[in-house]
Amino acid sequence: MTYLITFFNELYKIIFLLIPILVSVALIVWLDRRVWAFVQKRKGPNVVGPFGLLQSLADALKYLFKEIIIPASANKIIFILAPIITMTLALVAWAVIPFDEEMILADINVGILYLFAISSLSVYGIIMGGWASNSKYPFLGAIRSAAQMVSYEVSIGIIIINVLLCVGSLNLSKIVIAQENVWFIFPLFPMFVIFFISILAETNRPPFDLPEAESELVAGYQTEYSGMMYAMFWLGEYANILVLCALGSILFLGGWLSPIDIYPINLVPGVFWMIFKITGLFILVSLVKAIVPRYRFDQLMRLGWKIFLPFSLIWVVLTASFLFFSDNLPIVG
Amino acid sequence: MADFAAGLLIALKKIFKPKKTINYPFEKGKISPRFRGEHALRRYPNGEERCIACKLCEAVCPAQAITIESEIREDGGRTTTRYDIDMLKCIYCGLCQESCPVDAIVQGPNFEFATETREELYYNKQKLLENGDKWESALAENLKADAPFK
Repeated sequence: MTYLITFFNELYKIIFLLIPILVSVALIVWLDRRVWAFVQKRKGPNVVGPFGLLQSLADALKYLFKEIIIPASANKIIFILAPIITMTLALVAWAVIPFDEEMILADINVGILYLFAISSLSVYGIIMGGWASNSKYPFLGAIRSAAQMVSYEVSIGIIIINVLLCVGSLNLSKIVIAQENVWFIFPLFPMFVIFFISILAETNRPPFDLPEAESELVAGYQTEYSGMMYAMFWLGEYANILVLCALGSILFLGGWLSPIDIYPINLVPGVFWMIFKITGLFILVSLVKAIVPRYRFDQLMRLGWKIFLPFSLIWVVLTASFLFFSDNLPIVG
Repeated sequence: MADFAAGLLIALKKIFKPKKTINYPFEKGKISPRFRGEHALRRYPNGEERCIACKLCEAVCPAQAITIESEIREDGGRTTTRYDIDMLKCIYCGLCQESCPVDAIVQGPNFEFATETREELYYNKQKLLENGDKWESALAENLKADAPFK
């Protein structure tokens, strides 16, 4: 009996997390298109609902009604599995993101490790999509995309280590609480910059979107997909961007803490600050898309391995030595 | 990195500039008087059809979209019994209106005449004459505006 109660409790929490995330992924696509259009002095989608908010819903409906075509020479099982894996992993990563002091679905003590594992697994979805399509452009796109994701994941890992040195725990809630006095973006600002650029590279966003650039590779690993499967890739990609933006706001921008600890601003619930910060980071991601040209693939790899990685490693040494010699090493726990 | 930050600042400024998008069904772009849109057959002010069935437009049409059959009326004038323009073959080049000696067939400023079946776009003489009556004021305006340049 208590098992049933716990089960329904957890189910209710899961649904209450999943539905807002799916809705916000749809809205974030709208925001992306609007910001991109506004930078180009034109309006984005503004016809479908009030301010065009239902545009993503209309797009989703369109994809729902489209015929799902599976190329004859494609490996059917893996072909169908790829978007499912991509979307599932992107949604599953939200389980450890804290939205407020007690608003977290799974308060595990190795939250960062879990997130890192999920993002490493999502490379599989892309490789499967590209390989199973059995065609040139998806294959090339998948190879490039996988290489890019793996290289920048190393960089993200080192940056996370930087933050962990200041916190002493992999628990995401504890990371947020450790930023009560000062957000980590101030002492670790260069790391924030590199982290932000690595987010762009990790999720194949411009300027690192060669694997899915329309003029280079049609749509990269998504070329052979149509209908609902394409929509799942697309939703999975945006959910991934949101997860990494959430990680960025937890690691550097203080998560659900309010910027100033003064009375009236204190009353605003943490959820609001978290959403505000995630949206702010996402608008920055979107602005970058609108203004920069694309990196060539070898320039991209050079950036990841020869510039970001050494720099983050040096910064780890700097942070560690600073903390050690000023006796500020955090108590592990 | 610095020039990237400068670019970001420019992007942020541009977000607040006025947009160039026009709100299509409710606002439309400006069209020149020479715009070649939907065809119309005009009349003289006293109501007489301008077309004299000389078949110059049928001969010049590059897409062979115009089909004409003519007869001599009781009062001696030649007129068309059949004047069909297949709007789907038509390439909207304006050669018919250039070749017409009496300014009977003209291309008006209307471009919003999409239909749901192909058959509705096979215009016959009656439809073209109706068009002419409906759009006459606009057609006369446009012809007057363009006359100094012809």
